[in-house]
Amino acid sequence: MQDLFSIFVRSIFIDNMIFAYFLGMCSYLAVSKTVKTSMGLGLAVIFVLFITVPVNFLINKYFLAKGALSWLSSGLADVDLSFLSFIMFIAVIAAMVQLVEMVIEKFSPALYSALGIFLPLIAVNCAILGASLFMQERELQTIGESVAFGLGSGLGWLLAIVAIAAIREKIRYSNVPAPLRGLGITFIITGLMGIAFMSFFGITI
Amino acid sequence: MSKAGKTREPLFSAKNMKLLSNPLSKENPITIQVLGICSALAVTVQVKPALVLAIAVVAVIAIANVLTSLLRKMIAPRIRIIVQLVIIAMLVIMVDQILKAFVYDVSKQLSVFVGLIITNCIVMGRLEAFGMGNPPWKSFLDGIGNGVGYGVILVIVAFFRELFGSGTLMGYQIIPESVYDFGYENNGLMILPPMALIVVGVIIWVQRHRDKELIDKS
Repeated sequence: MQDLFSIFVRSIFIDNMIFAYFLGMCSYLAVSKTVKTSMGLGLAVIFVLFITVPVNFLINKYFLAKGALSWLSSGLADVDLSFLSFIMFIAVIAAMVQLVEMVIEKFSPALYSALGIFLPLIAVNCAILGASLFMQERELQTIGESVAFGLGSGLGWLLAIVAIAAIREKIRYSNVPAPLRGLGITFIITGLMGIAFMSFFGITI
Repeated sequence: MSKAGKTREPLFSAKNMKLLSNPLSKENPITIQVLGICSALAVTVQVKPALVLAIAVVAVIAIANVLTSLLRKMIAPRIRIIVQLVIIAMLVIMVDQILKAFVYDVSKQLSVFVGLIITNCIVMGRLEAFGMGNPPWKSFLDGIGNGVGYGVILVIVAFFRELFGSGTLMGYQIIPESVYDFGYENNGLMILPPMALIVVGVIIWVQRHRDKELIDKS
């Protein structure tokens, strides 16, 4: 239990997707103009990470990793399919996003219209594939850990995009040098926020 | 224009060269189109991995652009995203295997970022915007141009971060020992991830200062 909590908190603050790894920067920069839309995108990312990371974890554990196929027959015990992981993961993500979209549309039209175009965009959000690849690289052991990691990463991403959106709403009233306006200042602010987030480095939970 | 269409356009006509040179400045994928930042900044601590990633991206984007362009009449619009993803994923797996075979230590350093070329918006973006609607040779030039435009920013950022952060370039010491004896110290801040963003911010600042047309009006 202690372990799950520590993975969860670590992935929100210390290994924050945006400030520590710059994953999902494209949508982060494109959608962070207002707090409201960034909140919608953030929620969609949490949702998709919560589903895709555990699914990819199972696929990695039972199909792709070295020796993973041994449950099928002992002759396959030393087959290593991990070179296929990129294509498998991206296929799972694309399929899951599609599925999630259909399920939400059926059961909660309100949420569906709130998320709008963000759901299909998520399939090409680097943070989603990145989380699956980090899950594989860090060798998480149980499905519980992968759920905690997925949720935590999503929450960290939401935190980051809502924070920058709030700052960008305010900064419209400041006198930024003309060439820096828009993209440039957003980069620099993100850098400064990243430095602030680094104060979490080295904390062991 | 109809007459010019009959005679074959030369391979390196002025229009084609523009495809190659525009992404280097006015339509730079990182500083203007804001594509492909995701997998870029974390690998710019040193020049070597940045260079390797840049070459990988140039190769992937050029070949993927040509393949999409060849297939463009066969791909049904509804499933084009998944077809593009499969083309990219296939190329990236090949790049990953090649890197593992020939430069294993760099491939370890790049870790997940080779895989992340798949979701690098710049590749998808160019396939969507260019490869789907243009003949192969033009797509090839466009791919090379955008890949290089991306790589140039990557290498510039890595150059400053490595020079000031560790006093080396490509792993060789540049700042002589005697300077350190005077009390010069490496700027540890440059090695940390957030500095990559600030360096890119400054590059954007310099570029837009030199070319006033690019200034964000909103």
